Amino acid sequence: MYCQECGKKPATLHFTKIVNGEKTEFHICETCAREKGEGIPGAPNSFSIHSLLSGLLDFEQLGGTGMGGVKQPALRCEDCGLTYAQFSKIGRFGCSNCYHAFAEKLDPLLKRVHSGTVHSGKIPKRSGGQIQCKREIEQLRRDLQAKIENEEFESAAQLRDRIRELERKITDL
Amino acid sequence: MANHRFSQHALSEWMKDEGPESEIVISSRIRIARNLRHQPFPMLATNQQAKEVMEQLTEVSRSGKLASIGKFETIPLSELSELDRRVLVEKHLISPSLANESRCGAVILSDNESVSIMINEEDHLRIQCLYPGFQIQEAWALASGIDDIYEEAADYAFDEKRGYLTTCPTNVGTGIRASVMMHLPALVLTNQINRILSAVTQVGLAVRGLYGEGSEALGNLFQVSNQITLGQSEHEIIDNLYSVARQIIEHEKAARNRLLQESRIRIEDRIRRSFGILAYASIMDSKEAAQRLSDVRLGADLGILPAVGPQVLNELLVMTQPGFLQQTFQEKMSPEQRDFRRAELIRKKLRGETDHGGV
Repeated sequence: MYCQECGKKPATLHFTKIVNGEKTEFHICETCAREKGEGIPGAPNSFSIHSLLSGLLDFEQLGGTGMGGVKQPALRCEDCGLTYAQFSKIGRFGCSNCYHAFAEKLDPLLKRVHSGTVHSGKIPKRSGGQIQCKREIEQLRRDLQAKIENEEFESAAQLRDRIRELERKITDL
Repeated sequence: MANHRFSQHALSEWMKDEGPESEIVISSRIRIARNLRHQPFPMLATNQQAKEVMEQLTEVSRSGKLASIGKFETIPLSELSELDRRVLVEKHLISPSLANESRCGAVILSDNESVSIMINEEDHLRIQCLYPGFQIQEAWALASGIDDIYEEAADYAFDEKRGYLTTCPTNVGTGIRASVMMHLPALVLTNQINRILSAVTQVGLAVRGLYGEGSEALGNLFQVSNQITLGQSEHEIIDNLYSVARQIIEHEKAARNRLLQESRIRIEDRIRRSFGILAYASIMDSKEAAQRLSDVRLGADLGILPAVGPQVLNELLVMTQPGFLQQTFQEKMSPEQRDFRRAELIRKKLRGETDHGGV
């Protein structure tokens, strides 16, 4: 069978389109399919990374818990107005705040796409100092708790002062 | 409209240096994605916001802060003709998305075209560094240095947990895409390529054709790049790519040796035929050109066609693309006309370079 568009090359793509109950059959070659572009499912190049991602996201929404029936309020980013439903359709965030707005939903997605969900690479110098401080404070708080439990109040007081100092430093940064 | 340097020469200056493993690795590339904290990502930006981003980020190059890296030219996309944009894409200096879809887009190009910085692409800022041959670490060092300079002038969207925040969740974290462009004709000829490529995808790497996402692997050119950007550090990502690419290089070398030992005459015949057709044909479509140029490149690497230099082949790779062809001949052409002009250009280039006006 030859391509119904150009009539020159053998038809390699065969598909049926049904619009409003009206059935149309197509038999075309790859070149013509590419020219007709995205309208044809399965044609080369019609498959983008974003559609692949949104497939993953939709799966997130539909599958899993089976807790159907409970309608949750629509998740929306306050800064740019993007809703989670829109995000899962287009597979792209609208602004940096979206990462916070949709935080609860992101772990499963990121796990699928990447090897982890937490950044372990380069840190910008500007916010780097702050991050170092925060990490130190977390560690000191754990130490403090341990000291209090052991009733070592003197060293606990020292740790408390150090934590306060670091907290002041963060607000200054 | 200004006549831009980049559209006059198919071969970027940076391609003229020969890098390590250049018989197999054509080029190494690092691209990092960054965004500004207080602006919506380009997709949702208003025209005013997009303009602000462009002004803030082009200011860095205009004010000479990149001088320690090299000489840069800042080019707003609106100043470029459609053909110029296409030429930039064919030379891998900008992405198709910056060329076709950006609002208030700009590209900041270094003199030797090794660095191109894209503004208002999918992300606010994309820094790309290209090196000849297998030099992925060197490319990262340069890109990271440029990143540091930009960071001084811009408040990046960075989150302690998620790292650098990007429009697409596939780039979040390090925002890095490291890739090597490899010419693997012997692995294709010996039918090993599919096995190797499917193994590669299982270790978190992706394989694409010459022009990235969705493009066919024409001319036995494969682009291997990292998929994962979150949860691994830049060094882990680059080391992983490096060691996998190193193994592919060894496999390709072994396959080339085997071809020479076991079927020398047949492989020589294939290479010489391709050279003959390129040197004399009147019509050459881009697919055939890519395949035959691959044969000739293999011939040059194996010493079968010693007179053909790798520079000529790298140059032809870009020159025979539709945009560059039309730029060279200064006319808009139908695909048929292009096939005719492409053949003409290849004939000139190959015969001129090998026997200086003979035949």
